[in-house]
Amino acid sequence: MRAVFGRVWRQPVGRFGLLLVVAVLLLGVIGPPLAPYDPNKLNILARFGAPSAAHWLGTDHLGRDLFSRMADGGRVALLVALSTIAIALAVGTLLGIAAAYASPWGERAILVVFDIVSAFPTLVFALAVVALLGPGLDKVILIVAITLTPHFGRVARAQTLSLRNSPFLEAERVLGAQPWRITAHHLVPNILGPLVVLASMDIPVVITIEAGLSFLGVGVPPPRASWGTLLHDGYTTLSQSPWPVIVAAGMLTLATLGFTLFGEALRDAIDPKLRVEP
Amino acid sequence: MRLLRRIGSRLATTALVLVGAVALVFALTLVIPGNPAQVLLGPRATPEAVQAFSQAMGLDRPVAERFALFLWNVLRGDLGNDVVSGRPIVTMVAEVLPYTVSLTLSAIGLAILFGVPLGCYAATHPGSLIDRVAAAVSIGFIAIPNFVVAILLLMVFSVWLDWFPVLGVSRSGTLGDQLARLALPALSLALGWIGYIARLLRASLLDVLGEAHIRTLRAYGVAERVIVYKYALKPAAIPTVAVLGLGVGRLLGGAIFAEIVFARPGIGTLVYDAIASRNYPVVQACVLVVVGLFTLTNLLVDLSYAWLDPRIAKAEDR
Repeated sequence: MRAVFGRVWRQPVGRFGLLLVVAVLLLGVIGPPLAPYDPNKLNILARFGAPSAAHWLGTDHLGRDLFSRMADGGRVALLVALSTIAIALAVGTLLGIAAAYASPWGERAILVVFDIVSAFPTLVFALAVVALLGPGLDKVILIVAITLTPHFGRVARAQTLSLRNSPFLEAERVLGAQPWRITAHHLVPNILGPLVVLASMDIPVVITIEAGLSFLGVGVPPPRASWGTLLHDGYTTLSQSPWPVIVAAGMLTLATLGFTLFGEALRDAIDPKLRVEP
Repeated sequence: MRLLRRIGSRLATTALVLVGAVALVFALTLVIPGNPAQVLLGPRATPEAVQAFSQAMGLDRPVAERFALFLWNVLRGDLGNDVVSGRPIVTMVAEVLPYTVSLTLSAIGLAILFGVPLGCYAATHPGSLIDRVAAAVSIGFIAIPNFVVAILLLMVFSVWLDWFPVLGVSRSGTLGDQLARLALPALSLALGWIGYIARLLRASLLDVLGEAHIRTLRAYGVAERVIVYKYALKPAAIPTVAVLGLGVGRLLGGAIFAEIVFARPGIGTLVYDAIASRNYPVVQACVLVVVGLFTLTNLLVDLSYAWLDPRIAKAEDR
């Protein structure tokens, strides 16, 4: 673990990414308690404020403090990203392993389900679901988890197929180990590396989708802050003040850039063979 | 023969995926709590409207029968009628689809126009300043969500600098005016792909340039430019084409944002307005259209490999 982070840190790009990631994590975890104002408190008289000593990043169209809202939105983004990826990673890995061990028909059935789910661009699928069930944080998490599951499932299947007949698993089988024990203790630890890399590279994707859905008004319901709703509020009042847009766009840029660079460095550190490009 | 069989099996998979997608969209209407007609029509619908809608949609019939009817209608190209205006949804989609397609195609065009020469230059001059700058900038543009890029472009070029008209498509305007309104939305979609294409192409071009047939060409004294553009580019383009094919889904998703940010008509604004007015049949139809476009593009991309690299077709035949 320490060795992996050491290798990430030694790459300049990885160091930059890791620093950004730590900053975003800190903002999401200790930002809300430290924030000087309630993120949803209105103060119409102070609306469209530029950054000042009282409001570090200015205020929005209802006079809400942008720093406090940004920190609160950071917590939402991290919550959605981590829980979504945890679900997709768990379900996808299980289905992938199941596909690798299933009968040819079972395997084909699982793969076709993956293909069908992948035929929906995540955003479009999310729009279809939210239009029916209404917006909500739980629905966003569920939808994005479903659309990401095939990613993990395909990789888990491929990894399992390549390990299935390897001597060390054969030895366990000969020794009489139960299938679940072989899977949990010997197979999963050995296929986890590429899956963790994939998970880290999917974090910026999930942050983008959550912000995108919230931007469209079908993600996090108001008045709760999300980077997407912040951006949308700023977009509709762009002619009065550029600050809400600058803050929200800047935050989204730093977060997605940080997690992307970190993910790429992590991939190179864990398994350079996963690189598909230079 | 193998090739034909491969095409056949690929077509069968595509058909299966499309039917599955229709089933999934249909299944979503089953999981809504309460009376689907009430939910589809929204809270302000009168009981009579709900009753009429239930009968018109056949909601009182068994699920299997409803699904068969739904699938048959979709296959016939009948996507139902708009709940509010009563117009056929197919007409509404057909009206706005050209705007979305032209936006997506211009974005792909821009990305290829800048990405391919950049990738070729980077591959023939590895380690040069342009190569390194392009590598750094492209990761940035790939990472940043395209709606953020769209809003920043809007803010800088339309609001602050006032170089481009802000919104709309100018239905009756001159070609120049229409292009000016297309420029920023297309650019907001293309920026991420320029770097991505350049990076992918650079990698595969470097691989191809090391192959034996290219060394033979060099030994014959063929000019480097001819080697790169005439002989190496086509086989090297395969990974890029594959990624572009998969990227169409993301581009269509991105087009929704670009249309909303720049207030352009298109599938994106249609679906956005439909969600705001809880016009579910329209949402459903738009989702099916996008999924259909995406799946068919992937099929085309898959089948184009054999043309791009004859070795693939040969290998299939062997």
